[in-house]
Amino acid sequence: MDPAFIVVQALSGLANASSLFIISSGLTIVFGVTRIVNFAHGSLYMLGAYLGITIVPRLLDIDRTPTMFFAGVLLAALAVGLIGVLMEVLLLRRIYKVPELFQLLATFGVVLIVQDLVQKIWGPVDIAGPRAPSLRHGIQIMGQRFPAYEMFLLFVGPAVLVLLTLLMQKTRFGVLIRAATQDREMVGALGVNQAMLFTGTLFLGAFLAGLGGALQIPRVPANGHMDLSIITEAFVVTVIGGMGSVPGAFVASLIIGLLQAFGILIFPKITLVLVFLLMAVVLVVKPWGLMGRPEATANRAVLPEGILSLKPFGTGERLVAALVVVALLAVPLMGDAYKTKVGIEILAFALAAFSLNFLVGAGGIVSFGHAAYFGIGAYAAGLLVVGPLKLPMEGALVAAPLAGGLAAALFGYFVVRLSGIYLAMLTLAFAQITYAVFFQWAEVTGGDNGVVGVWPSAWASSRSVYFYVVALLAVAAIVFLRRIIYAPFGYTLRAARDSANRADAIGIDVRTHRWLSFIVAGAAAGLAGGLYAFSKGSIDPTLISIGMSVDFLMMILSGGLQTVMGPLVGAGFFHAIKDFFMPLTDFWRFFLGLSIIVIVLAFPRGLVGAVDAGREALAHRRAG
Amino acid sequence: MLLSVQGLQKRFGGLVAAKDVSFDLAAGELLAIIGPNGAGKSTTFNMVGGQLRPDTGRVMLAGEDVTGLPPRLVWRKGVGRTFQIAQTFVSMSVVENVQMALISFHERTRDLTADATSLYRTEALAILDGVGLTEMADRSVSELAYGDVKRVELAVALASEPKLLLMDEPTAGMAPRERAQLMELTASIARARKIGVLFTEHDMDAVFGHADRIVVLVRGEIIARGTPEEVRADQRVKQVYLGETGVQAALKARRAAQA
Amino acid sequence: MTDQKFTRRSVVGGMAAAGTLLAAGPGSAQGAPVKVGEINSYSKMAAFAVPYRNGMQLAMEEINKAGGLAGLGGRPLEIIFRDDNSTPGDAVRVAEELLTRENVTFIAGAFLSNVGLALGDFANQKKVLYLGTEPLTDALTMGSGNKYTFRVRANTYMQTKMLVDAAKAKQVKRWAIVAPNYEYGQSAAANFKKLMAAAVPGFEVVTEQFPALGRVDAGATVGAIAQAKPDAIFNVLFGADLTAFVREGNTRGLFEGRQVVSLLTGEPEYILPLGDETPEGWITTGYPPEQITTPAHKAFFDAYKAKFNDTPRLGSLLGYVVGYMIRDLFNKAKSTDTEALVTALEGLTSDSIAGPVVMRAIDHQSTLGAWVGETTLKGKLPTMKNWRYADGKDYLHPEAEVRAVRKG
Repeated sequence: MDPAFIVVQALSGLANASSLFIISSGLTIVFGVTRIVNFAHGSLYMLGAYLGITIVPRLLDIDRTPTMFFAGVLLAALAVGLIGVLMEVLLLRRIYKVPELFQLLATFGVVLIVQDLVQKIWGPVDIAGPRAPSLRHGIQIMGQRFPAYEMFLLFVGPAVLVLLTLLMQKTRFGVLIRAATQDREMVGALGVNQAMLFTGTLFLGAFLAGLGGALQIPRVPANGHMDLSIITEAFVVTVIGGMGSVPGAFVASLIIGLLQAFGILIFPKITLVLVFLLMAVVLVVKPWGLMGRPEATANRAVLPEGILSLKPFGTGERLVAALVVVALLAVPLMGDAYKTKVGIEILAFALAAFSLNFLVGAGGIVSFGHAAYFGIGAYAAGLLVVGPLKLPMEGALVAAPLAGGLAAALFGYFVVRLSGIYLAMLTLAFAQITYAVFFQWAEVTGGDNGVVGVWPSAWASSRSVYFYVVALLAVAAIVFLRRIIYAPFGYTLRAARDSANRADAIGIDVRTHRWLSFIVAGAAAGLAGGLYAFSKGSIDPTLISIGMSVDFLMMILSGGLQTVMGPLVGAGFFHAIKDFFMPLTDFWRFFLGLSIIVIVLAFPRGLVGAVDAGREALAHRRAG
Repeated sequence: MLLSVQGLQKRFGGLVAAKDVSFDLAAGELLAIIGPNGAGKSTTFNMVGGQLRPDTGRVMLAGEDVTGLPPRLVWRKGVGRTFQIAQTFVSMSVVENVQMALISFHERTRDLTADATSLYRTEALAILDGVGLTEMADRSVSELAYGDVKRVELAVALASEPKLLLMDEPTAGMAPRERAQLMELTASIARARKIGVLFTEHDMDAVFGHADRIVVLVRGEIIARGTPEEVRADQRVKQVYLGETGVQAALKARRAAQA
Repeated sequence: MTDQKFTRRSVVGGMAAAGTLLAAGPGSAQGAPVKVGEINSYSKMAAFAVPYRNGMQLAMEEINKAGGLAGLGGRPLEIIFRDDNSTPGDAVRVAEELLTRENVTFIAGAFLSNVGLALGDFANQKKVLYLGTEPLTDALTMGSGNKYTFRVRANTYMQTKMLVDAAKAKQVKRWAIVAPNYEYGQSAAANFKKLMAAAVPGFEVVTEQFPALGRVDAGATVGAIAQAKPDAIFNVLFGADLTAFVREGNTRGLFEGRQVVSLLTGEPEYILPLGDETPEGWITTGYPPEQITTPAHKAFFDAYKAKFNDTPRLGSLLGYVVGYMIRDLFNKAKSTDTEALVTALEGLTSDSIAGPVVMRAIDHQSTLGAWVGETTLKGKLPTMKNWRYADGKDYLHPEAEVRAVRKG
């Protein structure tokens, strides 16, 4: 290959790496101090770009100089920093104590709100920003032209790294950030004003996100899809580098930038999957990223975020359960076709959510990629029915859980070796790889178009009959999973979650047991996916998307992680609010995001958790 | 001999954490490993329990080589253990913690249908009775005082009818009165059931009050061993570890125990 | 139930309002409205879907003011708009809701191809009519086509063929292809290769780049293309990817001395955001609304501008054309029965503001064409020059190919 080309291609990769680092450094610092995985970091990046295309042209109208351009970029970044402060004071400050997953959910609510606000303020059309004066041209490098602006960007990343290092080493604020990253409890013990530290950290993180966004305006138009397209990549960078490690983020950015630049020469279609493949490989080899540290295990007994005591159903609960089942069975008789349709959907989602909570609630295995098993089940069913085998629905519904279980066996083998946020990120990586495979393997999966014609067998083709098929299978699967939670298998899973050391010391093979649980949950999700596919008549990659995984998490969180039956309520509730807001307005995501935040703030234990708490309080008052 | 440790060695990078550590432990005997911080007590302990694999050396349990086996398999051979910071299943009740150990002991962890809340409950209650926790059986572990949590751990460790108990600083973090109670309880159970107990401890009352024999580790090496009296009298031990006040305390503890 | 619906609509207000409420006036249409359900990505793809909805609402108002649907005794037309969350799963549920709760006569819409395909298959299963408007995938009217599914817009094959027709005269042989990595991009690339190979002897593709949709690494992609030293480039990127690609290519001189042929770039949706970076002389399909001076189009242009204070986009034109196509459909069928509608729609001719549009019976693809020309800047306005209207009837899939792949 031409050496000049290699140099220029490397420079392109490094310029991208530089931008990626600026954004990811903010994410990793915020995580290090607050332990919040901030989904809204991408939204802050997007706001940086939008504020950039708003502020910079005004300044350039005054004076068309590079000074004005960069003054505008800095102003935009500062403004985003202040938005970060606002977010900390109004929202994050109230949720440091709530379970980690809820924090994540709350920041996802912010993502939805910002998406619609941006659309409302700036409109849905992409807005191209101005180019930087004096940096519009290309520079000749070994006979090839390379954009001057990217040459400039090449230096910004390292400059940010140097400044951050100085900040961390030389200032009190920086020392506190480092201390908090290493041991959060220690900072509290030192009597540091935690609120100020956290607010300052959020300012810094948001500033960096805003800076990253504003610096992009000469290259990419401000658009409403920027947030989610950057956030996954920023997550990947922070995870590969080691969460909380700024130098790690720098190294990871370089690797990703160069890999992208040269990877597309060899595998032009690898673009979708490359970064996630890299993340999966790194996590399998180095479970805490390149420069991260194992998460310090708490030196005291902390109650896990999940199912706690298991009370068997009392008479009241039995009655409620029976009533629910009866009401369910009456849906096709009493309701219209649409109600039946919604009923089928909720049942399938309820099973998927229940299987997810089997992992999260009982096993402490937080999966961000549960849609993979749901989707694989759906695809297995769909492809068997439509593909060359032309299997009937009955066979496909047997294959769906098998496929989900097999995929879970494969991915789970690696997943259960990790813990905490790294485990969650590996599940996400596997889900994204699955997504990319189904998205790109068009000859078999139909690519993003998916496959149509996935309808039930003739005897079950009537909506009501299919409803009963789904009800029977979903309820049976849920009852079975519930039984497992109450059986020694489930107790052992909880034991491994509560204390892996203790479990190991009483002869429990923790890893294998978690792996088996992963397979069980994957199989149940696969069945749910199969049932869902036949209700829609088609399958497509959105069934495996991050959005679907997040939906499942929303269901179990809004229902209540600590409760066995919460996910079922959550599935119904979540579906209901979406169903309510969607036909109402184009800006339904705003209201959905708002509802999520309200739930997190008002019911940190979920809806069923709140009911339980209320009942306990009542019982106390009666007793007292 | 119940436990025979022969020439254990462990390095972490350039640091020698344990060097030619050998000792024996008989059934029904209480053996304490003492030494300053970083002396290699926990390293030695974890090599016996299976949490660490030694570089060289052997661990023999009742004549069987268990070197390098993972903890769960060491447990299967009849070794129960407690941790420096109590490790229990905090989402479960006291009796469920013990039931969990029994479920594992009877190899039913993968049972998908039985009702775990009633499984082995009677046996578990009997074990709790042995450590004086009957009244707290149905309370959640997360609500208990720390001393009681330690006793839960002991009950869990006893559930598998072990031949050997490994206790890493059993009284750490407890009030003085609770410490004595726990050590007395341990000693009486061990002697009654012929269980060997290997424990590390910082608390001199616990060591000199209850151990039959003591091994002193400093910088990974055994510098002295013998009965409490012998160790107390050892000049090197006095020099590098106990100091004068420590010896006085040890003496007091011994007297109190004999009285 | 009726009350609840009314409340919902008043909440929706201007955003997704039912047309009859807006259009009601003396001397206009009368009787119970004839409802049509329209499903599109109004929230996530608002840049395209909202102008489309505007065009449709404009048509609906005009139709109802002019006396409603003559073939159904002057009943007014009511189009009910629903968001599909850009996912096939939600789209199918919403379709069910529209059919069950709103009693719509048929379903129209969709922007994304997978949503269109899912709705088409759903329609086939439920035996209701689905009029796909925006999805481009060939499959909708070819391999996955069915009796109940129709499509209005010129599909990927047709638009690519228009470009190949315009490009082949130059007889350039060494081509690079850059396309977003999903079905639309891949099938456009495949169509292009097939059609060019037949039209230009010695045609070869020296590199193909498939960046992820919405995440183009423009520098690296431009570098990779330049390295292959093509004489011409076929581009399928659009939206933010396109802007990034154009900027990077301009700075690095990728387009100098190279002919670029670019799908859809001339549509206002995509060319307007390019601003003063709009490249000169790319051969493209699109729509130059301000330059089309036929009286019918001029009237539409002025009415649209007066109502929405904006120039129409391609989506607006499409929505407007579809609105009138629906009127013509009801007037021809004189019934709201699905089978009657399907029969009437096959071969239906609608005199649209773009010219006559026929719904071809054998594949249910309409002959609505596109404007083919070159990109340019007129003052500050990015638009097209040297354009002509390419009538879709000349670019349809050959009948033999249709018969070979269509099942019904």
